[in-house]
Amino acid sequence: MTHRINQQLNEANNVSLPLSMLERRLLNDFQHDFPLTATPYADIAARLGVTEQEVIDTLQKLQEQGAISRVGAVFRPNRVGVSTLAAMAVAPERLDEVAQLVNGYAEVNHNYEREHEFNLWFVATARDTLHLKTVLHEIEVRSGIKVLYLPLVEDYHIDLGFDLKWS
Amino acid sequence: MNVAKLPQGMLQSAELDGRDKALVAAIQTGLPLCPHPYAEIGRRIGMEEAEVIQRLQRLLDDEFIKRMGVVVRHHELGYRANAMVVWDVPDSQVAELGRCLGQFDFITLCYQRPRRLPQWRYNLFCMIHGRDRDEVIGCVDLVIEQCALQDIAHEVLFSRRRFKQRGARY
Repeated sequence: MTHRINQQLNEANNVSLPLSMLERRLLNDFQHDFPLTATPYADIAARLGVTEQEVIDTLQKLQEQGAISRVGAVFRPNRVGVSTLAAMAVAPERLDEVAQLVNGYAEVNHNYEREHEFNLWFVATARDTLHLKTVLHEIEVRSGIKVLYLPLVEDYHIDLGFDLKWS
Repeated sequence: MNVAKLPQGMLQSAELDGRDKALVAAIQTGLPLCPHPYAEIGRRIGMEEAEVIQRLQRLLDDEFIKRMGVVVRHHELGYRANAMVVWDVPDSQVAELGRCLGQFDFITLCYQRPRRLPQWRYNLFCMIHGRDRDEVIGCVDLVIEQCALQDIAHEVLFSRRRFKQRGARY
């Protein structure tokens, strides 16, 4: 299994592998409960039996390789600002163009093509609902395609990160 | 506090003061990778390290922040298949089935959202990440069995292209 993960990583990113035990533990064990102390990387280092500099360098490398997007906070939706999922049914020949139009908004942080008649799915975030709806409306007008506004009603998931299951 | 029971969008920024907002803005692209990251964040917004830490702790306690830590990118780590699975659940059963789905570790999001009839009938959304399509389909089959979803209409929307993926900016 280890070999398989490494192979996939190699194909994805030309990552120089294998992933070290330190990289694996940093990726898997610190997705939540990151130390809120003056020297969090030193505290992690002490737990893993390595130096603070090794922790910092390894996180830096993982970030450069794209394995982590950041070390930091995941905000609960709609508590700091507002966000929504939105969907559009785009003719295949217009998909690139409309995806780029959507990508052009700083308010959009995720944007995916999915296998469905509604084939473009994105998440937009703004400081208030008025601003959010203005962005969606503008996308509708500029593309000439209806945008489904699908804001969160209830959250049923407790986010403890994602178990990468190395073994 | 049980956030799930509060109406969404009703208690948002009102509870954040100006210094909280400055702090949120300063950390949304991530903590700096240096020995004293909270001091560095504080330096950028004119706040003592101790105040940065204390405010972040409160944002966690009050559940403005879900978690603090390493945010991984599934695709780059070999989880090449991801699907949004959508279910058309009777309104009276959404909470029960949402909680059932939300407990599986391969499900990374589970939200109720409004239907938009006639174009869109589905009201429960979950995200499943797997190493390949078969693994994701196996996960869908498993939750159908475990949460007794055999009679609930659903669709599996695999992702094709990722046009953009980053943290939210407020």
